[in-house]
Amino acid sequence: MKASRIFNHTIKQGFQGIYRNRTMSLASVGSVTAVLVILGLIIMIILNVSAISVSTKEKFDEIYVYLDDSITNQRIREIGEEIGSYEGTLAVVFQSKDYALEKMKEEWGEDGRLLEGLVNNPLPNTYVVQLRDVSYASALIKHIEQKDGIEEVKYYKDIVEKLISTAEFIQVFGVIVIIILLLVSIFIIQNTIKITVASRKVEIELMQYIGASNGFVRGPFIFEGVVLGCMGAFLAIIVVLNGYDYLVSYSNEKLFSMLSVYLIPANMISLDILIIFVTIGVGIGILGSIVSLRKFLSV
Amino acid sequence: MFEFHNVTKIYKNKFTAVKDINLKIEKGSFSFVVGKSGAGKTTLIKLLIKEVNPTEGTIFFNGEDITYLSSRRIPLHRRKVGVVFQDFRLLNKKTVYENIAFAMEMVGQSPKSIRREVPNVLSMVGLSDKATNFPNELAGGEQQRIAIARAVVNRPDLIIADEPTGNLDPETSNEIMKIFSEINRRGTTLLMVTHDRTIVDMMKKRVIELKNGRIIRDTEEGDYYEGF
Ligand SMILES: Nc1ncnc2c1ncn2[C@@H]1O[C@H](COP(=O)(O)OP(=O)(O)OP(=O)(O)O)[C@@H](O)[C@H]1O
Ligand SMILES: [Mg+2]
Repeated sequence: MKASRIFNHTIKQGFQGIYRNRTMSLASVGSVTAVLVILGLIIMIILNVSAISVSTKEKFDEIYVYLDDSITNQRIREIGEEIGSYEGTLAVVFQSKDYALEKMKEEWGEDGRLLEGLVNNPLPNTYVVQLRDVSYASALIKHIEQKDGIEEVKYYKDIVEKLISTAEFIQVFGVIVIIILLLVSIFIIQNTIKITVASRKVEIELMQYIGASNGFVRGPFIFEGVVLGCMGAFLAIIVVLNGYDYLVSYSNEKLFSMLSVYLIPANMISLDILIIFVTIGVGIGILGSIVSLRKFLSV
Repeated sequence: MFEFHNVTKIYKNKFTAVKDINLKIEKGSFSFVVGKSGAGKTTLIKLLIKEVNPTEGTIFFNGEDITYLSSRRIPLHRRKVGVVFQDFRLLNKKTVYENIAFAMEMVGQSPKSIRREVPNVLSMVGLSDKATNFPNELAGGEQQRIAIARAVVNRPDLIIADEPTGNLDPETSNEIMKIFSEINRRGTTLLMVTHDRTIVDMMKKRVIELKNGRIIRDTEEGDYYEGF
């Protein structure tokens, strides 16, 4: 049979099926969109948490020793020497509270002006300790923590580990949620196609008795599923990318000033989202149709 | 035309619908299949058009073994067989012309041959003037004639009719039989399941009688009841 004739038949019947039971079609598109939006949300969270944990990891081998404001310069020097003489220490750098404030002003950029109104500099004098190896960290912390004149010892390893374990949890949980949602939307598409199959049952049986090829009989339904899946995917892409872009532009500066991390910009992931969403949308559509045809086409 | 060798069909619920059938139908012949309700007549047809597979035995069609066909080959086999049903099975949203054209489109005939063949078969069944009507605007006999036109339009080797006159009055049934006779006269093999005694007795064709899934009688130029 001529390819163009099969093609025309498939497209015409496919769109007719969508139009004739618009309510279910709408429900299918909606379910695919919902699944993909949630998937997008999970992807965004996973990507950003991973990115943040990587950038935080760079501070891995540094220990921040915050000093009490009330101690003398003499004591400050002593503490520096004590830290420097510890076997795990590679280098010690002193950061005065004034320097810390300057740096903060720089990092805050526009918002930096807010800091100018401060009468007292609230930031502490700090020793930044570079370790020979991460394994020295806990011993060093223990070693200096109880010393006089030390306000707090901050070590980012805890945060990194927390971030990583959170990221792992989010990934596992996300995958489970995604699988459940995918099954649900396949089920909904399957029901939509079932209704089309049922509404054309007489015609389909007739086609089969007449000897229409399997592709000719099934093609329109598969196509219908693909169109529904694609429509859902495109809606989801619009929602997710715009929503994320809005979130990034709205929150990035605040987030940076609070945690010195940035969200991944939307345009860096838009192509991946497009590919992933269309693939999954089409996949859901095809699977839904095939399941439906298996169940309801018997002659 | 086709042959059944020791064919048995047992449905999934363990019911034996046809049992050990041996049957040979010659090319160009006209045969009736009769028997009480539940005797296995429709099952015989389903075996022929590959709607069901036999549990045992072998089926040949035009010399080719069709006992088991892949799902790809079933449609090709069905194009050689035209089926006419008791309930016509016309598409009510399509006109008479479109109903017949549909059968040609479904097997990929060109628009050109569709434009040529549809009027041909419509005139053969005497309904050229109804081409633009919808099926439910027609009488039962006319609807069945459309269904017959649709069954022959792709030029099958065999026409199977399952109680084609079951819903029609005697006079209309006779008209339908004239059309079948004409189709058969032009060379198409015909196999017709019927409960219509008058028709069988009038036509004087081969009669195959089924009972409880077995062939209990097979006579040339037979009657509906044995011994009449
Ligand atoms: N799909 C099926 N599953 C189980 N049993 C079936 C199935 N189809 C038919 N049967 C049984 O097989 C037997 C033969 O059925 P068949 O339809 O061949 O009878 P028939 O001779 O055509 O009857 P009728 O004159 O009423 O049309 C019946 O008892 C029927 O209940
Ligand atoms: Mg029957």
